[in-house]
Amino acid sequence: MTYPASTSIVVDGVSKYFTMRYQRTLKQMTVARVKGREISDTFKALDDVSFTVEQGESIGLMGLNGSGKSTLLKLVNGVMRPDEGNVLTRGRIAGLIATGAGFHPQLTGRENVFLNAAVLGMSEAETRRKFDEIVEFADIGRFLDTPVGNYSSGMFARLGFAVAVHVDSDIFLADEVLAVGDKPFKKKCQARMQQVREEGRTLFYVSHAAGSVRKMCDRVIVLEKGRVGFDGDVEEGIRYLKYDPDEDAPPEIDEDDDLGADI
Amino acid sequence: MPESDTSSSAARAVRVVDAPLRSPAPEPGLREVFRRRYLLRLLVRREVAARYQGSVLGMLWSYINPLTQLFIFWVVMGVIIGRGTETFGIHVFCGLIVVHFFVETFGAGTRSIMRNKALVRKMAMPREMFPVASMLVSLFHMGPQIVILVVACVLLGWTPTVVGMLGFLLAVLMMAVLGTGLALMFAAANVFFRDIGSFVGILTNFVRFGVPMIYPFTLVEERFGAASAYYLYNPIADAVLLVQQAFWVGTTSDPVDTQAHHIPDNLFAYSFLGLGTSLVVLAIGQIVFRKLENKIPERLT
Repeated sequence: MTYPASTSIVVDGVSKYFTMRYQRTLKQMTVARVKGREISDTFKALDDVSFTVEQGESIGLMGLNGSGKSTLLKLVNGVMRPDEGNVLTRGRIAGLIATGAGFHPQLTGRENVFLNAAVLGMSEAETRRKFDEIVEFADIGRFLDTPVGNYSSGMFARLGFAVAVHVDSDIFLADEVLAVGDKPFKKKCQARMQQVREEGRTLFYVSHAAGSVRKMCDRVIVLEKGRVGFDGDVEEGIRYLKYDPDEDAPPEIDEDDDLGADI
Repeated sequence: MPESDTSSSAARAVRVVDAPLRSPAPEPGLREVFRRRYLLRLLVRREVAARYQGSVLGMLWSYINPLTQLFIFWVVMGVIIGRGTETFGIHVFCGLIVVHFFVETFGAGTRSIMRNKALVRKMAMPREMFPVASMLVSLFHMGPQIVILVVACVLLGWTPTVVGMLGFLLAVLMMAVLGTGLALMFAAANVFFRDIGSFVGILTNFVRFGVPMIYPFTLVEERFGAASAYYLYNPIADAVLLVQQAFWVGTTSDPVDTQAHHIPDNLFAYSFLGLGTSLVVLAIGQIVFRKLENKIPERLT
């Protein structure tokens, strides 16, 4: 099949299976086999998912926990390959998966910035040029030269986001990045992501916060147990998920919604 | 501030991406590893730095470790048992360098995927990178040992020969290829069964004694006669003999006699066969790795 030059991401009939292992040791496996119990079971994390994304679109990926959002993101990022179907992307991809970058816990923040940037395809010169900007954005101060294993989850996320967002990418993936940061950092991230969006990069944003999705995205895809449940308008998508604060729930519960509105 | 979603999307730049639509997953295979040399260099550098992280003596351990092993073998075999050859210390050390390089490549390579799981789980990169980086780190650590060996040999009146040096390079190449091949195979398997790691430990023990290191090759010939050809089908044994030919032979009082007596005649033929075997192992390792690789990220916990 051919796609126009403006297509950024193609997900075509993609399924992904995971094996769930019940028994680990030889003894346990033998016992299970004798008793006629299953040794392993497969679980369909994604089930025939298809959609295409145009360059510059910003997609809000929503769904309940365990609906396959992170798996889909890993396939688009290229960490995993689909078991069935095809994933195609155009250009360089940067972003975060499951609130954290692929940082090595024993390396310092500085070393991780270089390593991470190299994995994302940046050259040494390019990293050096952007290093100060990254450090300034992350704002982790003197912790830069301590191993990231000692970082707080907030600092970890800040540095990860800072690297990912400074890579000159064509597609930006953001998986619940704003879940761990504090309020000032969340605002900074959102502003930066708006900028990413304005530059015409494709944005793939996973969030449970209806407010920030509303603010950031122009299309919503809802996953339900590994299938595409909804694909279309943002408001309808949020309504489809019933994430809009309804009459029974007091509105102040949804912190992120608030945040989305007051920026 | 007003909710101005429409205005921000209207101001958006049109970005034309001049790249083909293709799979985001990294190209599998060793070629891709060498195409991304900068990343490989970073990984190697961090491994070298990490190995002695938090140790006071640091890089000095690269010298202390082989020297103590040399001392033990020299005392046990040369002094206590007294079955050594001439300049027995050099004889053992030649073997140690090869065995050490191979065992390190194999062992560290097997553990490399597990050790770097934070990266493997979240970053799209060719995962062959990690075993290859382990091999290069081991190669780097061979440096100090070669320095010790050369200094000792020069003191014993050794002069390098062209054939000897070529043989040495062949030995290193052979061990690099074989070690990487096995590391690829076992690194992927280690993710699924942690038993593999323990198994590799046992295997490397065999390697130590399956090569003419603490005993001379002549002993094998004496005991097994014509069957000793099978012994030479082991690429690691060939590599050890090549290194002994390059360094140890020149330190004995009559190098020509030593060469004739202790080094098998068609060593180069066996060695090229060994290189061929190693390349086959590498190819199999690559195939196994690629087969298992797809399931690696989800099995790393």
